[in-house]
Parts: sequence; C-alpha cells; structure tokens
Amino acid sequence: MKVKKKGAIAVGMLVATSILALSGCAGSGGSSEPTSSEGANSGELTVWVDADRARALEDVAKTFQTEKGVKVNLVVKDYGKIRDEFTAQVPTGKGPDITIGGHDWIGAFVKDGIVAPVELGDKAADFEDVAVEAVSYDGKIYGLPYAIENIAILRNTALADSTPATFDEMIAQGQAAGTEYPFVVGLDPQASDPYHLYPFQTSFGNSVFARNADGSYDASQLTIGDESGQAFAAWLVSQGDTGTKVLNLNLSGDLAKEAFNAGKAPYFLTGPWNVADAQTAGIDVSVDAIPSAGGQDAQPFAGVQAFFLSAKSNNALIANEFLVNYIGTPDVQTALFEAGGRPPALSASFEAAQSDPIIAGFATVGANAVPMPSVPEMGSVWDDWGKTEAALIKGSSDPAGDWVKMAESIQSKLG
Amino acid sequence: MTRPTLEAGLAPLTPEERAARRKQKRAEAWAEAAGAGWKVWLVKIVCLGIIDAMAIYAILVLLASGNWLVPVIVAIGVVAINVVYLSPGMLPAKYLTPGLVFLFVFQIFVVLYCIYIAFTNYGSGHISTKDDAVAALLIQNQQRVEESAAYPVSVLEQGGEFFFLVTSPSGDAEIGGTERPLEPAPDAEFAGDRAVSLPGYTTLDFSQIVSNQSAIAAMAVPISDDLNEGTLQTRDGSTAYQYISTLVWDADADTMTNTTTGVVYTDNGNGSFESADGQTLATGWQVWVGMDNFVRAFTTESIRGPFFAVTLWTFAFAILSVATTFALGLFLAIVFNDPRMKSKKYYRVIMILPYAFPAFLSALVWQGMFNQDFGFINQTILGGASIPWLQDPWLAKLSILIVNLWLGFPYMFLVTTGAIQSIPDDIQEAGRVDGAGVWQIFRHIKFPLLLVSVAPLLISSFAFNFNNFNLIYMLTGGGPRFAEASINVGASDILISMVYKVAFVGAERDYGLASAFSIIIFVLVAVISYLSFRQTKVLEELN
Repeated sequence: MKVKKKGAIAVGMLVATSILALSGCAGSGGSSEPTSSEGANSGELTVWVDADRARALEDVAKTFQTEKGVKVNLVVKDYGKIRDEFTAQVPTGKGPDITIGGHDWIGAFVKDGIVAPVELGDKAADFEDVAVEAVSYDGKIYGLPYAIENIAILRNTALADSTPATFDEMIAQGQAAGTEYPFVVGLDPQASDPYHLYPFQTSFGNSVFARNADGSYDASQLTIGDESGQAFAAWLVSQGDTGTKVLNLNLSGDLAKEAFNAGKAPYFLTGPWNVADAQTAGIDVSVDAIPSAGGQDAQPFAGVQAFFLSAKSNNALIANEFLVNYIGTPDVQTALFEAGGRPPALSASFEAAQSDPIIAGFATVGANAVPMPSVPEMGSVWDDWGKTEAALIKGSSDPAGDWVKMAESIQSKLG
Repeated sequence: MTRPTLEAGLAPLTPEERAARRKQKRAEAWAEAAGAGWKVWLVKIVCLGIIDAMAIYAILVLLASGNWLVPVIVAIGVVAINVVYLSPGMLPAKYLTPGLVFLFVFQIFVVLYCIYIAFTNYGSGHISTKDDAVAALLIQNQQRVEESAAYPVSVLEQGGEFFFLVTSPSGDAEIGGTERPLEPAPDAEFAGDRAVSLPGYTTLDFSQIVSNQSAIAAMAVPISDDLNEGTLQTRDGSTAYQYISTLVWDADADTMTNTTTGVVYTDNGNGSFESADGQTLATGWQVWVGMDNFVRAFTTESIRGPFFAVTLWTFAFAILSVATTFALGLFLAIVFNDPRMKSKKYYRVIMILPYAFPAFLSALVWQGMFNQDFGFINQTILGGASIPWLQDPWLAKLSILIVNLWLGFPYMFLVTTGAIQSIPDDIQEAGRVDGAGVWQIFRHIKFPLLLVSVAPLLISSFAFNFNNFNLIYMLTGGGPRFAEASINVGASDILISMVYKVAFVGAERDYGLASAFSIIIFVLVAVISYLSFRQTKVLEELN
C-alpha cells in the first residue's frame, strides 16, 4: 500500500510536469497574438541567424534597442535547417520576424506566401547591382542582401604563375606544371555539378532562362537547349571520359579539395569557402578569373545572402526599419563581412573589403556574375541538368541530341 | 490491510512479544500515513490543482483563438486524470495514465496527423490557410510606381484614427487618411525640410508607431480621388512610397481580379485561385483533397512506375538482407561453435566488430570505398578496375546488399550462437545414436529448434530492413535516378527513402503525397508482421 501510493504521487508529478509543458506550449502560442494591438511597450523582433552572423549582429541589436526601444532577439539556428523550419513555422504564426537565407529560396518562399517585400526605396542604389537583382523577384525586392558569393579559379602560385584566358591554355599550362591533375573541380557521379560548370556553359553564350531587361529571369522562356547550349554539350563530351578526361565525375568536392591542398593540381574551380583550408595547408593561393571555354565571358552564378521578412510578422514596421536603416549600413555590413569572409552587398562596404586580395579576386570575378535564378522551377531544372551533364561527361555519341532532350524534359516539367 | 488477530489479555506477554507488537503497531501507523495521510493528500491535491489550473488556462486560450476541438480534448483528458487520481481504486489506471498521455502525444497524435496530411494537398505552394494566401498575394502584388518619389512621413492621430502627414517632393506638407485622399496642409510645422506636426493632431513617436504597427502598416492613403494613381503606404513608419495594387480581392464574390489585365481568378476548390483559361496564381493554400494523393500514387504513370519499382526493390532488399545475413551468421555460428575450433573467443570478438560501428558511418565509409576511380575496392582489390558500383542500377543494388551483409551478419551471428548453444546436446546425441548424419542432424534437429527462438528476430530484422533509411540514404542516396519519374526517386531507393525525398528534398515538396506513401508503408508492414507472427505461432505449436 505504501509503495503504491508513493508510486501514485510520482505519477501525479509526472503528469503535472507533462501537462504543464504541454499547456505551456499552447498558452504561449495563443497569447502572442493580441499584444500588437495595444500596450505602450514596444514589440520585440525575433531574428533567425546562424552562429557567425549572431556574433556580428550583437552590437547592432543593442544599438537598435537603445535607439528605438525595441528588443532584438537573435535566435541562433543551424543554417541548413532554416529554410525548412521557416517554411513550416511561418504559417503557424510562430515563426520569426526576420531570417537569414540564400536568395535562391525566394521563389519557393513567394510561392508559399511566407515572405513579404522589403522596401529598400532609394537605398537600392547603394547596393551592388547583382545583389539587388538577386533578391528581386517579379519586380519586387524580397530581402535585404548582405553578402555576395561566387566561384572563381584558385591558383597555386607555386605551380603556375598565371591563369590564361582560355580553358585549353589553362589545361596546357596545368599539364606543363607536371602535377597529377592539370585542373580540378568537384563533381558528383550522378548529378555532376551544373553550378560549378555554369561558367563554362555561359562562355558558350548559353543561359538557363532568358533574362528580362532588369536582370531577372523569365521562367517562361527556357533557353538552355539552344544551339550555344548544344555546343557546350559537345564540349562536355570532349572534356569527359571519352575525351581529354579533364572533367572527372568521380572526383568529388572533397577529393578535389584534397588534391589541390596536397599540391596535386595548380588550378581549382571553387568558392571562398575552400580558401581558408588551402591556406592552412600551406598553399599560396591567388584568386583568378575563370577562363573561357567557348570564347565568350565565363560568368559564374552569384549567390546572395540576405535577410528575409516574414509575411506573418506582427512587427513589419520595426522589422523593415531594422533591416533597411540598421542592417543596411556600412558598419553592420562590414561586421558581417568580417564574420563571414564573403564580399558585402552594400557598395560602400564592398569597396572597403577590396583591400584583401582574395576578396578582391572573388569580387572581380563576381562583377560579371549572374544571380542564380530563384524561380521555384529551378528545382526541376537542377535534376535534369545535372543528370544530363553527368551522362555527357561519361561519353555520348550525340551530345546535341541529349542536350535537346534534356531541355524538352525540363520544359515539360515547367508546364 | 489485513490485521492479524490479537490475543491480548489472554496471557502476560513476554518482552519479545511486546517488542514484536510495538514493531507491528509502528508498521501499521506507517501504512496508515501512506494510505490516507494528509500530507500525501496535500501533495496530490496540489499536483492535480496545478494540472487543472494549467488545463483551464489552456482551454480558455484555445477557445479565445476560436479553436473548438482541442479544448474539448484537453477538457476530457483533464477530467479523466482527476477521476483516476481522486477516486479510490483504479490502481492500474493510476499507473498507466502518464504512459497513456505520452502515448497519445507522441504516437497516436503523430499517426493521426500523418493520416490527416495524407488527405490534404499540403506541400510547396499550399502550406497555409486561405486567409494567409490572400494576404500574401495582395502584398506580393503591391507594385511600387516606377520612378515615383519617396515621401517622408509622420504618422498623426486624431480621434483614434491615423493619418499620414507627408512632405511632397516639392516640399509642401500634405495630409491624408485611408478614407481621405491627400490634401494640402498649409498649417503643418516643419523640422528641417520635413513636416512633423499639424495643429489638432497628435504626432506619434516611434514607440507609439510600434504599438500600432499592424494598423499603420495596413494603411493605404489614396494619392488623389483617382485610384489608378495608387496609394501611399509605409513599410517602416518614416518613409512612404507610392504603390499600385495589381490584384484586387473581392471577399464577397471570393475572387481575385488582376487590375491590369482584367482577368478574374476564382477559387478552384483545390487550394488555388484559377482564371477561366486555367492559369493559377502561384500562392495557394491547404485544402482537404480526399483520396487524391492515393489516387495519384496508383494512377499517374510517372509516379506509379517508380512507386512499384521501389516497392518491389524494398521487398527484395529486405528479404535478401535477412536471408544473406542470416545464412552467413548461422554458418559462422556453427563453425565457431565447433569444439575443435581454437581461440574462439578472439574470433568472436572480431566477428562482432562491424556491429559496433554506427551504421550510417559505415555506410559513408563504404561509399568512399566504392568510388569508381579512387575507391579502395576498384583501386586495390580489383587492381585498378573501373566498375561503376554506385552508378549502375543493378550494381548499386548489389553494393547495398554487400554492405548490409557486412553490417548485419554480426547480429545474426550473435543470436544464432546463443540459440545453438541452448539446444540440448542429448537430442543431437539421440539423433546420432539413431544413425543420423551431420547434415540430417542440422536439417531435422538443430535448424527447426533454432527457428523457434530466432524466427521472431528474423521478422523484426525484416521490418527493420524494410525501413532501413540510413543505409540507403548514406550509401547511394537512392540513385541512380529514374529517368522518366516525375518525383525525385532512384533505382536503389526503398519506400522510406522515397518518402523522405518526396517530402524533404528539393524545391518541390509534397507532404501530402509523402504522407500517403507513409500510410501505404504502414499497412504493408502491419500486414506482413501479422502474417509472419501467425506463422511463428505455428512453428511454436510444432514443439
């Protein structure tokens, strides 16, 4: 009897705590709604950031609180999970007011109806063009850009003293260096890597979608399958397993990085994220323009990092104020640059960052980069695109035919 | 409490008896205190009181937000808890209630929610309610008038209504409200070149703006009587811009009208606005679609084809995995059980090693070893061969079976070793005396006895492999991809990895379809388990 009653008490406590926890959740959710309509105290801003960004934003959050009396809660999130959690939580009304993210999410976010436009107003001119183009969707700006990211050639200065202007010359020079590989780029056996190969594709004059006058993509006009694209397809075959074998599908991103860091290749096509490790490995790195394979300019994709505003934010006004007049200032953009090492999106900070030769190198290449399309259709494009490029690199007797077939398949999925 | 009958008064008690009686009395007092002592009651009442208070608060909050079902469930739950803990008896319920609460929250609710999702179109473009979709569409279609000026704005208040005091590009002050187009305000006072206040109105400071931001953000002040000129709106409370809305929402007619083209979009019942010629607006909402997802899974060719291929491979994979690992494990168990085998202990430890590594880690290591050009298997073992282990549909399947054999045989080895050792020697002895050979003893004595204890484990191993997500996702990622599939599925995908990819990989997510697939998996596993456990019962009855 004694033991049983004690058991009952323990059980009661357990239930109490569990119900407490449960109703705690329910309570906070319901009560968060009415506060915005009344009350003299200002609201609070919730901002989702990753760990690096959180450190860089601490100061501006404090400034905002002293100047505007609004507390900014910086919630640290794993970057890889932000997109899914934002999509899941905004509709419930429990999402943040602001989140960081990549500009290529915008299309899906707009389709889901979870982001609100940010009015940069005349400040749009203070940002780098490519950054504003990237966060524009359907003529409206959906985020405050803070960093631009693109790939370029990393050159091991001990193995090669320059990067020539054409791909063939670069390979010749790479072979002259006598290393295991003349040039490396990380690919995937099944999906190749359309992102990393895109500069070569654009050097043939090809692009995925036609572009509008304002730089945005017109998802209704797929131009990937045109003649310049077919020429690129033939080039892929010529550099693949049945050709020069310069492009190797089995050389994954990690293996390519390892080869470059071990001094086994003079040239490495990659982004700023691999520079630090190469330098740690003792490689003296120079960042150079991407050589042209097809005669025209090799334009990589630019990825832009931005702050997005939730469509269901109860604090839209202060969130806008915080973004445009606080995050969009040189001090904050420079702080973000120092935390992340990616060229800032605000022109003033962008200029200031050029003193670092690595950043200047990426920025020079980025100057002629094109923003990655953010239309939601890109999801289906990447699949077919990568698969076809992989097949071409493995070898094909009819590259142009395969390429056109891919374009048709993409077109059918776009509807 | 059974009270031993006392025989007090009949005979004088010995000191030992007296001590025993004292002990007994103390014990009874303890039992009494524990049984109905006021302290226990107090704790109980306080705990229940807290639960009840929280529940009532939760119910009130939920009712306030217009929800009906959840508060009713919470109310029933909390009444049940009170009944269980306040009434005497119901001992099993007192123990089971917390478990039931957790079971409900973490299992039954999740399953029910998954079933619910399977009957909706929840997925990319359909993630929220219709109200949200309308709001999002309207805000997305506020177009700033090109080349229009920025108006510095001060928000004024009069009689509970808000007004914009703007400074026009020419430097004059103008005032307007939602129902009142802009008009000159010559009396306005300026701070610098910015109009900040007007007699008769109160200027809001930033914290007041913040407190009323929903109302202010929703304000649209007409520039003039002509609505085509657009409205002034502010996004930050300090600057207003001229916007033109390209979509107009008619709540009564339930339609969206594009003001530039005049196209009318109506609710098509599938969670989207659709025009007469079949164009839909991008942002939709979540609706109940009935059996649609199941119908799609079985009738749309580009989904059905891969779905059937994946289902077939899932069965093949699960059955072959169990068969190969069991065969190898059994073989090794018999070999290492032979008394003539020396240093068995050390071999056994080595045999169990693959079991000790986390499976997903092993899968990643194997993925590297299977690399066509740089992998250990092609380079070292096969002397520089170029076999596309993970790129060919059949080789990818073979690779998965090889890796799963490596991962799974130690477990089978362990359980069969145990089972073999528990088979009594005298039965085998008797077989030998009757003239049975080694094979006959194994086939007719050891193996059937073994199956009795191992068969349930084989079934659970089958169920585990049926949903062995880690191995597939880490080793091949499901690839190589089917060419003609409209969903992201590959030749080595099993059902569970397919569900994951449909729901969470890529830009186009379809949670509804993924939930429908999950339910199909659930039904499959349930049926198979039922059938096989019935089969095991037959095995048991044999003995």
